[in-house]
Amino acid sequence: MGSQGDVTVLGTVVSPFALRVRMALYLKGVSYEYLEQNVFDKGELLLASNPVHKKVPVLIHGGKPVCESVAIVQYVDEFWSGAGFASILPADPYDRAVARFWAAYVDDKLVAAVLGILRAATEEERDEKVEAAHAVVAPMEEAFATCSKGKAFFSGGDSVGYLDLALGCHLFWLETLRSMFGVTIIDAGRTPQLAAWAERFLDTKAAKEVTPPTNSVEEYAGKLQAIWAAAASAK
Amino acid sequence: MAGGDDLKLLGAWPSPFVTRVKLALSFKGLSYEDIEEDLASKSELLLSSNPVHKKVPVLLHNGKPICQSMVIVQYIDEAFAGTGPSLLSSDPHERAIARFWAAYIDDKLVTSWVQSFRGKTEEDKSEGTKQMFAALDTLEGALRECSKGEGYFGGESVGLVDVSLGSLLSWLNATEVMSETKIFDPIKTPLLAAWAERFRELDGANAALPETDRMVEFAKKRQAQAAAAAAASDN
Repeated sequence: MGSQGDVTVLGTVVSPFALRVRMALYLKGVSYEYLEQNVFDKGELLLASNPVHKKVPVLIHGGKPVCESVAIVQYVDEFWSGAGFASILPADPYDRAVARFWAAYVDDKLVAAVLGILRAATEEERDEKVEAAHAVVAPMEEAFATCSKGKAFFSGGDSVGYLDLALGCHLFWLETLRSMFGVTIIDAGRTPQLAAWAERFLDTKAAKEVTPPTNSVEEYAGKLQAIWAAAASAK
Repeated sequence: MAGGDDLKLLGAWPSPFVTRVKLALSFKGLSYEDIEEDLASKSELLLSSNPVHKKVPVLLHNGKPICQSMVIVQYIDEAFAGTGPSLLSSDPHERAIARFWAAYIDDKLVTSWVQSFRGKTEEDKSEGTKQMFAALDTLEGALRECSKGEGYFGGESVGLVDVSLGSLLSWLNATEVMSETKIFDPIKTPLLAAWAERFRELDGANAALPETDRMVEFAKKRQAQAAAAAAASDN
């Protein structure tokens, strides 16, 4: 099943959720039109395609929009499935549940942790937020051992799957936190298997395909900080 | 149900997330052992089955734990694909839309309702109420779109979104009784109001939903406890 009907992705080069979708499409070998969005001045197509949240990413396939990266990635996996297509979610229902659990955990906890570090007003606060981020990442070391079953990726195989994409898409922001503040969230000392996985992930074709342009994440982070500062002084 | 399928649900009857799993099990016609947890004194089984969040619901299938209500519901649908009706369509686009709205219900409706109930100030609470009604308004549109003239978000029969929203019914009905306002207002959101009545009358729903009276009693007790705690901390 599957066809090369027109596929468009609305995203930003820095949004982990958009990167996740683009990596999924890459894994499936699906070509698409990519339209970079300005989230500070949202265009008509974005607003019309995602009227509820007005956010990226949006996948438009045959004119029909799909929103929310978790729904989009599963859509991509299910539409382009069968012979000739890589699988993103594992086949076994229990393995799928485990992958979905950890992906939900990542989206729930890691994003907040990253933003917490970025928003910290003092070095002391930043240290606290970094420790909180370490606590978020810690249980995933064991999760990796369980899911990978000795292989290279969370998928339990030699190529990336659902949970690899779910966590991997955030690695670019973690790299940026390292260059901005000298902090390492997935630290080889604390979470060695996870750190090794992160290196392998960033080395995959899928990751290289979507790696944000140099400094783009840092620039975006700077914009966010400016917005927060302006809001704080407006009070 | 297949022989050798042992299902245990670790839950707490007032939790809408537990109710969500009970609804799914009920609609699929699956029998299970219903284990009521004392959340003030969590069992070893719960703590070892959900070490990450230490929360209910947890479904144990032949001893293997599955956590997070939306993950559990999809697991039930997939692991027992041959049993009872499917909670998700076989069409990838319809599945994506269902996942989108299920996520919306948790992100927007649950969050705002919790704020309206537990907000720290009257201002917080009324903001929560305002956002809750806005979310219901959006869901009215969603129901129109998804039902395609039939009775449920899932179309002719209940699906993932019906289960997600239905799990909140006892709490929302209890809130209606306590606040003396209509949440499912037949004038503002006629489709939702009709849906709520229709859903409640289903055998599968009846079996799983806590009685409104019991929920009102529980909610009043909770409010009294919160008030007492607040008064005590003001001294």
